[in-house]
Amino acid sequence: MTKIRKIAVNVEETYIEAGRDIAPPTRKAVAVAVIENPCAGRYVEDLSELMETGAELGALLGRRCVEALGIAPEQAESYGKSAMVGENGELEHAAAILHPKLGAPLRKEVEKGAALVPSSKKMGSPGQVLDVPLGHKDAAYVRSHFDGIEVRLNDAPRAGEIMVAVAVTDSGRPLPRVGGLTANEAEGKDGLR
Amino acid sequence: MPDVVLRKTVSSLEEIYHEGGPVSDTPLRRASVLAIISNPFAGSYVTEIQSFMEDLKPLGLQMAQKLLDMLGGPETVEGYGKGSLIGEGGELEHGALWHAPGGYAMRQLLGKANAIVPSSKKVSGLGARLDVPITHINAAYVRSHFDSMEVGCNDAPRADELAFALVMTTGPRIHSRSGGLEAWQIEGEDGLR
Repeated sequence: MTKIRKIAVNVEETYIEAGRDIAPPTRKAVAVAVIENPCAGRYVEDLSELMETGAELGALLGRRCVEALGIAPEQAESYGKSAMVGENGELEHAAAILHPKLGAPLRKEVEKGAALVPSSKKMGSPGQVLDVPLGHKDAAYVRSHFDGIEVRLNDAPRAGEIMVAVAVTDSGRPLPRVGGLTANEAEGKDGLR
Repeated sequence: MPDVVLRKTVSSLEEIYHEGGPVSDTPLRRASVLAIISNPFAGSYVTEIQSFMEDLKPLGLQMAQKLLDMLGGPETVEGYGKGSLIGEGGELEHGALWHAPGGYAMRQLLGKANAIVPSSKKVSGLGARLDVPITHINAAYVRSHFDSMEVGCNDAPRADELAFALVMTTGPRIHSRSGGLEAWQIEGEDGLR
């Protein structure tokens, strides 16, 4: 079992952008877990423990986002994932959590999710900002949904910890007008268009 | 009478399971709501500003209710605090307008809440973080409940904006053991002990 020290969930709702009313407001949620890094302070060849942690957190954090938005899973429109590893860890630890197993359980929480889950990772210290990239969950080329959400916790990650974040939205940017593929036009079968 | 023009809200929920010590069965939960609104007085010195406090009352009640919804009702709440960020076009005094509508909204919805609501305020730029102080809702001297929660939003407050925060918590610091007046020892009538 992953040892979780802390969970935080943030929801942003934008009612006005550039002086214009946004109705209904655009809404983004990000859920972050601060976990003990079992591989901190030494070189560990086999990272399968962290991969299992990724699976656990994909479900947990995805569900927290959907709950915080108060939506049905199929109403989720975009998603993203990120990890920040405390200084006694290694960047590869973030990769082990994020890439092998986190996606499938996250997709269950948001229903479907044909598109790649966009991601970012870095080493960091308490209080550092983690920017979680966002992309449409079924069609990665949907231009209106390219976005990001910032998350930071003043007391994490400590040297032996990892911060793992999942973001989910029920909308794109507040005033999208740079063209490209729209959400209505997307087929959502191949994950791209 | 100026309108309250809401641009954005950010709500955050933290759940703290441990901080290096024994893992608690019931995590400490901290909730915050930050409302980003236009500052009707930005850019000039306005003598009479107090009527805006009346305008802010509905916003205060909405935010306090949101916190209760996040934490599960008035009976779960043991600590509270409030704060203001003022964009650079405003003055510190504008932040002080939040004292009455913010504080009394929480006390009204909590029922019995006799302690003064602690607060902090500052003039700042985009992305500023505010440490909102927290104390016990019925007895300001309860040492276990002295705490704080950081709030902020990467694109606020703009020069002509105010960001008002309310915070509630469900209990003492997760490994509270610094003595002093304990929550079970209070009378809670004078707001202090």
